Amino acid sequence: MIARTFALAALSVLPAMAQDISRPQPARPGIDFQSADVRKLQADDFANPGMLAVARGERLWGEKLSGSDKPCVVCHGDATKSMKGAATRYPRFDPALGRVVNLEGRIDACQRGYGGGSALAAESAELVSLTAFVAHQSRGLPMAVSLEGPARATFERGAALYRTRIGQMNLACTHCHDANWGKTLLAEPISQGHPTGWPAYRLEWQATGSLQRRLRACFFGVRAEQPAYGSDDLVSLELYLAARAQGMAIEAPGVRR
Amino acid sequence: MKRRDFLVASGAALAALKARAQQFQPGQDITPFIEKVTGGAAIERSGIEVELPQIAENGNSVPLRIKVPSPMTAADHVSAIHVFAERNPRPLVAVFHLGPQTGRAEIDTRVRLAGTQKVTVLAALSGNRFRMAQVEVLVTSAACLDEASMST
Amino acid sequence: MIVGRLQVPPTARRGEAFQVRILIQHAMETGYRRDMDGRAIALNVVDSVVCRYAGREILRAQLGTGIAANPYIAFQAVADASGEIEVEFRDDRGEQGRLSATLTVT
Repeated sequence: MIARTFALAALSVLPAMAQDISRPQPARPGIDFQSADVRKLQADDFANPGMLAVARGERLWGEKLSGSDKPCVVCHGDATKSMKGAATRYPRFDPALGRVVNLEGRIDACQRGYGGGSALAAESAELVSLTAFVAHQSRGLPMAVSLEGPARATFERGAALYRTRIGQMNLACTHCHDANWGKTLLAEPISQGHPTGWPAYRLEWQATGSLQRRLRACFFGVRAEQPAYGSDDLVSLELYLAARAQGMAIEAPGVRR
Repeated sequence: MKRRDFLVASGAALAALKARAQQFQPGQDITPFIEKVTGGAAIERSGIEVELPQIAENGNSVPLRIKVPSPMTAADHVSAIHVFAERNPRPLVAVFHLGPQTGRAEIDTRVRLAGTQKVTVLAALSGNRFRMAQVEVLVTSAACLDEASMST
Repeated sequence: MIVGRLQVPPTARRGEAFQVRILIQHAMETGYRRDMDGRAIALNVVDSVVCRYAGREILRAQLGTGIAANPYIAFQAVADASGEIEVEFRDDRGEQGRLSATLTVT
């Protein structure tokens, strides 16, 4: 069944123009493709294990982190106000940094640049928790990234990568997430690949993790080399996915299998 | 009960078992575990409700609901609820101790299941009475012994 | 210190059942996982959770590696007098945590 599924995917004709955004219709968030138990867990603000990361992020918001002399609260005050809507705009081109950054990258750059601290390691408890806390302030708000100016080139790169066959399985993201969403792969329903639920608590990880961690797992899934955290490939892909999910509500913290 | 005793009781002997594909992970006979609790006394197969999903997407976290209807009085109450997973490397999952001061015997938790298996819930009641229920759960991604997730 | 969260309703009527919900932040390491260098990650679990209501123990749980990471326990209790609901938990390394909430019984 799996072989036939992929044979069908390979036969599908894909648009050659990189600037096309493939938007599966109807647009459905990742949570729709999870089991009833996982959906219930995500909706339960007390039992959702991702909320532990959010709670931790809330504590860290007021603390000095790894050498920084300024807790986030000093500049940003009450996050429930100052961070509302922030996550809907990421990834974005940051003029001060001169590149496109995702939310993790912005938090890390902030803490190093303005706080004077050392880097927050990728997937560290601190960075994941702060990202989960900030993203959570935008829960329910629609994704609204900008592709203006220098962000455009990053977006084009992400769009091209999304359609590029990779790995020993020689598959592109589009083969599963555009051509075969809703069908099952090894007993698991394939989602449309939207990023709105991240950071998320993944049952498989028994921990909350970032979207980039999940994307790396996808690369692993098709037996491709995993791009490094923060690499251009992953940031570009994130921007493409965010644009593709334009208007869809942020769910953070999500729960996934 | 010290942790070490608890783990020895839960079958730590299987801890040395190497990681294997799910279908080759044998289940243990949990009768000795049951008898350790009941001392051989008779066990009723009714009067205890156990809810588990038919299919658990990931064995790392499976919701379990246990309900033992009981007046929970000094004379007639549930004193402990034991949970066993026959195919887990340590079959004893948890023991919940309660009593008349609790008022009800209804517990929710989330367990790890190392593969498709039967989960056994044994309630010990006052007056040396026991009730047991067993539920089969199909686990599509096994916990504990499937190490593929570490690199991702 | 182990952190967690506790939820009880703010009020309950005498004789009425109410739910106590507990979520504890803890990896509940089984001892079977290996790190990226292939070394086994040591077993480390919350092994004891005790809940008291107005000073009387109403639940004592012995947990092991068969309980999912970030242990979740919810149970029904019956409202008696107004008082503190306290939860204390510890792991096999001696780390501890404590949560409390007030229940007003009418």
